[in-house]
Amino acid sequence: MQRDYPGGPRPTDVYFFATCLVDLFCPEAGMDAIQLLEREGIRVHFPENQTCCGQPAYTSGYADEARAVAKVQLDLFPNDWPVIVPSGSCGGMIRHHYPKLFAEDAALKAKADSLSERVFELTEFFVKVLKVNWKGSGATKKVALHTSCSARREMGTHLHARQLLAELGNVELLNHSHESECCGFGGTFAVRQPDISAAMAGDKADALKETGAEQFLSADGGCLMNIDGTLEKRRDSFRGQHLASFLWHNTERKGEKA
Amino acid sequence: MSARDNIFRKLRAASTTTLPSPDAAITAHYASLPRTAKADLAKEFAEKITAWHAEVHAVPRSGWVAKLQEVVVAKGIASLLYAPATAHGKAMEAAGVGGLKPYDKPIDGWKQELFENVDAAITGTRGAIAETGTMIVWPDADEPRLMSLVPPIHIALVDADAVMPTLYDAITQQGWSQGLPTNALLITGPSKTADIQQTLAYGAHGPKELIVLLLTGEDAQ
Amino acid sequence: MSTPQTTHHIQFVSGNEFKRRAAGIVADPFLKKSFRGAMDFLMMKRAAQFPDPELLERQRDLAEHIRRYSLSKLPELLEQLETNLKKNGVQVHWAETPDEANAIILDICRRHDTKLMVKGKSMVSEEVELNHAMDAAGIEALESDMGEYIVQLAGEKPSHIIMPAIHKTKQQIAELFAAKVPGVSYTEDVDALIQIGRDVLRKKFMEAEVGLSGVNFAVAETGTICLVENEGNGRMCTTVPDVHIAITGIEKVVEKLEHVVPLYGLLTRSATGQAITTYFNVITGPRKSGEKDGPKEMHLVLVDNGRTQAFADEQLRQTLQCIRCGACMNHCPVYTRIGGHAYGTTYPGPIGKIVSPHMMGLGATHVLPGASTLCGACGEVCPVKIPIPDLLIRLREEATHEAKPGHAPLFGQGAGKTAFASFAFKGFAFLYSRPALYRLFTWAATRFRALTPGNQAGWTKTRTPLTPAKKSLRDLLAERNKH
Repeated sequence: MQRDYPGGPRPTDVYFFATCLVDLFCPEAGMDAIQLLEREGIRVHFPENQTCCGQPAYTSGYADEARAVAKVQLDLFPNDWPVIVPSGSCGGMIRHHYPKLFAEDAALKAKADSLSERVFELTEFFVKVLKVNWKGSGATKKVALHTSCSARREMGTHLHARQLLAELGNVELLNHSHESECCGFGGTFAVRQPDISAAMAGDKADALKETGAEQFLSADGGCLMNIDGTLEKRRDSFRGQHLASFLWHNTERKGEKA
Repeated sequence: MSARDNIFRKLRAASTTTLPSPDAAITAHYASLPRTAKADLAKEFAEKITAWHAEVHAVPRSGWVAKLQEVVVAKGIASLLYAPATAHGKAMEAAGVGGLKPYDKPIDGWKQELFENVDAAITGTRGAIAETGTMIVWPDADEPRLMSLVPPIHIALVDADAVMPTLYDAITQQGWSQGLPTNALLITGPSKTADIQQTLAYGAHGPKELIVLLLTGEDAQ
Repeated sequence: MSTPQTTHHIQFVSGNEFKRRAAGIVADPFLKKSFRGAMDFLMMKRAAQFPDPELLERQRDLAEHIRRYSLSKLPELLEQLETNLKKNGVQVHWAETPDEANAIILDICRRHDTKLMVKGKSMVSEEVELNHAMDAAGIEALESDMGEYIVQLAGEKPSHIIMPAIHKTKQQIAELFAAKVPGVSYTEDVDALIQIGRDVLRKKFMEAEVGLSGVNFAVAETGTICLVENEGNGRMCTTVPDVHIAITGIEKVVEKLEHVVPLYGLLTRSATGQAITTYFNVITGPRKSGEKDGPKEMHLVLVDNGRTQAFADEQLRQTLQCIRCGACMNHCPVYTRIGGHAYGTTYPGPIGKIVSPHMMGLGATHVLPGASTLCGACGEVCPVKIPIPDLLIRLREEATHEAKPGHAPLFGQGAGKTAFASFAFKGFAFLYSRPALYRLFTWAATRFRALTPGNQAGWTKTRTPLTPAKKSLRDLLAERNKH
């Protein structure tokens, strides 16, 4: 998980890899992420031909199918710009699993390695590369945070999101019990083992709600749909929001950090 | 083909390259850990093994038999198993410690007696480990294996000068690999279990009590 | 590749049966509370042993190094172990299958006219179903680890590899003892319950002709086996009866005693959050002439049972690094929800999902690698750094595909393949590797979102349906660029 971050001047251009979930199910989160990047004076490029990172097939054991999908993404980012992903698990897929997926083809492996080096989860990019300097706007808010497991264990996202929120000054982050525990989404797991998945999602929803927070945040579309869908089915008014949307609506830029 | 042949054939069919030995890394790891000062080792051992539910009495080397006699009375020990051929065994005989029962014949003839009629056993140790509060017990023909296991109370003599920082130190400094007994033992407290609802209970199968006589210099009291 | 062919008495759990059991358990609020409480306790105790994450990482690196090194010269180490054990007077036996292992042990027992075998904790003996084989031969095989004794008395199987009776409350154990142990009346006092077990079992240690134990580490250089325990029953089984039989998997061997030290330190801390166990029992042979106790005869049975299959593949070989601490199950959100019995395997939890397919075949176990969210908690705590999530993905692949050309098929290769899944992932690849088609799909999915099915299999039992947004992100961006 340790990685060296590029020093030197801030990037002027980035690619945005929205992920299939954000594109289709929570596009406003993608839009808010793009606007946050633009607020930093960065040109955001959205490769038209992007589809999906291939993770559903990869984690299900269908490596050939995952490779077919991943191969298309490899060609989307010709310039040496950072690639920003508003979802930790998809970012982890590209960063950690693409090089393994293409290990047996030298040309593709080189592309996968280059992409792996340039891919950043959104909050990671804000904290570690842009070192953003934001403050909260509006009244103090109490929130809880759920970080997806692959984001936590492959990308360190929980630390980055925590740091971002802590710097805002008007956000009270409430810790929930079993914070590092999985919400039970797990891609196809939710459909293959619905009862275990439902038990996990239910416990996660309870734990987040029990903090007394006004809402919970997550930087991962899959977890968000899983937990929010559970709460909605219960007709609970407590709900989640993508971290990018929360940040877009509740922060303003203070300028560059010294 | 025997099962052995088949297993080796399958293992050898796999492609393996022998990796570099971890020896240097192990040495470096233990060298990198903070070390307790020599003078504090016995104290650390005593604290740790006390935390593991042992009863520790620091006594001068010349006075341990008297302390033992106090313990025998305090615990109501009527039958104390000991190894007559050892130096500490002879010392106890000479001092006329009450209830002494020698372990002087093979177990086969008196198993039931050992299990049912012996209150305590006293053994020596080959040193101890400060880091974990552990005694090194090194049974031999004179002082057999079952002494530290079957009687409900185990009394052990630990020399304060023989306390080493870690298990790694003990194994390397004492050269265990060059001559192991049939059954070397590390003992850290009395027998225990937490198998019922994670509730700790002592005296599962082995001794219910462990009493350590920590032998020190005359002035260490 | 030859595969272990044996008549297993373990109740195979089909995919549907696994789901049914899991559904039953997660619906039981009492079980939920007790599993959660037990796992929380074990996780907290482990965490307290590792206050310094950097030191822990160094320790894990070292332990991984030792285990990988040992496996990298496994055949040589096994030969060296055998030679040195024989020198020390230990008889060494090899078994490819559970049946072979049981036959060897039964033969030894018969030669000694055995009526009672007392057993220390041994997961390999569970794996080969030794108790069943002994029972069939009219020999009583009595578990003496308190947890195992309780589980055996209840006619059950262990639900955890370190804490076998973790699924039982003291009230249940009190009732069990009152019903099954002669002359015992109901008590919930844990000390009293342990005393009851102690009294029963002490008599049995005296009576038994044979003691059986597992092995935590076998040391090649000295011909030694090491046993890790708190209770002392392992020492009883290896010291009191005239014959001691140890049984272990062929992967447990390390080269030197010094290599055991870092592994032992991580084993106890990872397993139960203890810096050390009460006993570390280092056995290098039976009673020597002139010695007054100890077994007169000692045997070691080395068991394959599918381990050579894992060994054959460089990635799957990592499975054999395991030192059986159980930390992966303590930290597994799935194990925490369903406990050990639902799996239907000797080894439950994450380690069970990666080791059982080699022992029982993918035919019986192909559902298990899929029953994980790949959250990675197991790999994160594993003291020998087995990349469990990667191995789960690999086994998912092997379970749903034919063997790759040039690769020997695994036992039960492809048993989990379904036409539906193959079709679905082919469709996924077809759609998502064609950007123009994908754009058409999102265009249609957003325009016709009202047609999204309200019933989406398992998903909508407890969640609202997944419904595409009114406009996809690319639509929103296109609109913005127009302004």
